[in-house]
Amino acid sequence: MKLREWLLAAATLAYGKRARARSKGEHDAQASPDAREGPASDARAGDGAAPARIVPPGPPDRRAEHLVVALLALAALFAAGFIVVYAVFSPTEVPNQLLGVCIAGALAFVALALAVFGRRLIVTEEIEEDYPRESPQEQREIAQLVHESASRLTRRRLLVGAASATGGVLGLAGLTPVLSLGPLWDTAPLDASPWHRGRRLVDTHGYPMLASDIEEETFYTAFAEGANPDDIASILVVLRLHPRELHLPAGRQTWAPYGILAYSKICTHAGCAVALYRKPRFPVVEPRPALVCPCHYSTFNPATGASEIFGPAGRPLPQLPLMIDAEGHLRATGDFSGRVGPAWWGVREGST
Amino acid sequence: MSDPILDPVRFVDERTAAAPLLKKSLRYLFPDHWSFLLGEIALYSFIVLIATGVYLALFFEPSVAQTVYHGPYAPLRGREMSDAYKSVVELSLTYKAGLLIRQTHHWAADVFVASIVLHLMRVFFTGAYRKPRELTWLIGLVLLFTSLLEGYLGYSLVDDLLSGIGLAIGYGVLLSVPLVGGPLGVLLFGSAFPGKGVFESRMYIAHVFILPALLALLIGAHLALVMARHHTQFRRDRRHTERRLVGVPMFPGQAPRSLALMFAVAAVLFLLGGLVQINPIWQWGPFEPWLGTNGAQPDWYLGWLIGALRLMPSFDVVVGHITLIPNPFWGGVAFPLVVLLVLGAFPWIERRLTGDRSVHNLLERPREAPNRTAFGVAFLSWIFLVFVFGAADRLYVLYGVSYETLLTIFRVAIWVVPVALFVLVRLLCRELAHAERVEHEREVAEEEAASQETAMAERGEPVI
Repeated sequence: MKLREWLLAAATLAYGKRARARSKGEHDAQASPDAREGPASDARAGDGAAPARIVPPGPPDRRAEHLVVALLALAALFAAGFIVVYAVFSPTEVPNQLLGVCIAGALAFVALALAVFGRRLIVTEEIEEDYPRESPQEQREIAQLVHESASRLTRRRLLVGAASATGGVLGLAGLTPVLSLGPLWDTAPLDASPWHRGRRLVDTHGYPMLASDIEEETFYTAFAEGANPDDIASILVVLRLHPRELHLPAGRQTWAPYGILAYSKICTHAGCAVALYRKPRFPVVEPRPALVCPCHYSTFNPATGASEIFGPAGRPLPQLPLMIDAEGHLRATGDFSGRVGPAWWGVREGST
Repeated sequence: MSDPILDPVRFVDERTAAAPLLKKSLRYLFPDHWSFLLGEIALYSFIVLIATGVYLALFFEPSVAQTVYHGPYAPLRGREMSDAYKSVVELSLTYKAGLLIRQTHHWAADVFVASIVLHLMRVFFTGAYRKPRELTWLIGLVLLFTSLLEGYLGYSLVDDLLSGIGLAIGYGVLLSVPLVGGPLGVLLFGSAFPGKGVFESRMYIAHVFILPALLALLIGAHLALVMARHHTQFRRDRRHTERRLVGVPMFPGQAPRSLALMFAVAAVLFLLGGLVQINPIWQWGPFEPWLGTNGAQPDWYLGWLIGALRLMPSFDVVVGHITLIPNPFWGGVAFPLVVLLVLGAFPWIERRLTGDRSVHNLLERPREAPNRTAFGVAFLSWIFLVFVFGAADRLYVLYGVSYETLLTIFRVAIWVVPVALFVLVRLLCRELAHAERVEHEREVAEEEAASQETAMAERGEPVI
């Protein structure tokens, strides 16, 4: 009884193997010549005890094996070197280059070992198979499934409408807490400015600026006294031109006492600091004095109310009206001539 | 008898019934061509980014609260700076291996985006995006643009002068978005730029969690779609057809090669991180909104945007005294959007133009699709010239051609060069394809002639 079962099982197995070997043989016959050994060994295995090979055999290569071991040893050596370098040097003196070479060397030797292993110790067979095809039968069945499932429904459009409306409102409700991130639809913070009549200008150290300290040929950074220096509406560039050279827009004749001008230092294009001042060394051939933003080279003419003369900026730097008080300090006589910094949809330009 | 391989496999299969799936994946076929490795390089750079990024996150402090530096780097001693900047300076100069990991992270980001772009070019110029792989192409594009944002946020976190300038420009571009730009800027920054410090932690969570999770998800979807339809292949010989795939199985053939590539990519990145300095933030100093510097350049993958911002002629769209569309919108938003839309719609545009709706598993060589290749080269050259102009101030320093002259040249060149290249490349492709056809016809004819001669000789007829 038991023997019969065993025999049956063995026969089934052997038949199955042969059938598989046959179909595989057909495949491999079309496949590359690399896979030639496949069918032969399969046929041999068919009547023996050993299962048919899946991966074709190849000759051993002891030198390659030794090479892989040597490469792995080198990798380990470099990895150990990384630990030693890390341990030996003090934190401020540890050489970054040596650490990098050690860890990169370890990784590179592992890569080399794997490359040798893959190229010389593993059979790289080329196999063919069919690309996956689409399944029109299943496509139709899925559609049928859905259609039939909905066959009891009579008010389909109403249900779909109700479901989408609910989904939409629920989604909106889910997104609502995001609005707590900041004020919603509020551009007032963009309009805020610390400047008003009488506010003093201070330098980068916080000291009030004296009009007599402002020289030609250079420029200064200034802030509103007592304001947060990070507030971009507070930041000014101050410079002095000869009053004869000034051609300020109408209504600004009194804004630049003794030729001292103050503009917002934040570029009206994309908000960088207008951190360059171009002063011609030889005015005959070199261009006019200009304030330049180093980000996209928007260039403004300080003599004409910082109107844009080059680059992508679409509007002038806002000007701050100045006066000199009894102690000789610079003070604002009002707010800027326009909005500070990059523009946004709906911002009102011109005097405020 | 115990079998060290069979036993664990059996353990897994008995509990998951996954053996058929596992066997199928082990025998998944990879067609062989060097250019198919570009995507893998991106994948492995991403792994290095995650590994180094996790380490960096252990040291970084996402806060712009002000503090004073008292560390070993003398030029900054006593300077007021943000916690964020200080933590990166300390990581770079005080902690062992900190600089190595940070520089490797930065290099990995640059290589990541570069390999994605090269991979995109390979896929484009071989027509691999065609049906049935349009979704893979779209996901790849979203991946690329998400990576750009991820990289930008990464170096903006540091709060050094360079990154602060970059963030200021990003804020300017955000504000320029029609209708919603201003309110959105206030919502995200909590106030006008630079805000009250809320943006730093928001940027941080986006950089270390939201965007990496999104990237991982997209990479997973991208790979799943590739595997669902299998790789495309070149027609190397008669075995490669639209229906039949020839390749090396994942195991054992492909696995060691791919792993070798992974280790090689990591080795190159760590070698760069160790030997080639990148973004030495301690030299830039902390960011203050009133500071700026000449010659500031972003990471390479943002060069095309700074180029577009610089090339745009000076105007805001204004009605009366009300600004509608500020200038940075064109270069900073519209330009990348046009690039994304053109690339995204390309599979469908091409299908409309060629009327080719069939499934394609075989790749085309660039010369076999002259119109596509010519358009691709023209489109790339357009972006590339804008990219080069992003470094026009450096070109001035290098070659002495004034910035104003360069601006004029580039404003013309970005339109003329692509058109010229389109005509030229199309001609070249056609000539190459034609020459190949002639060559092929001659070979066939010669073979025929030779066989005829032998046949005649065999019949004993005189050979002419």
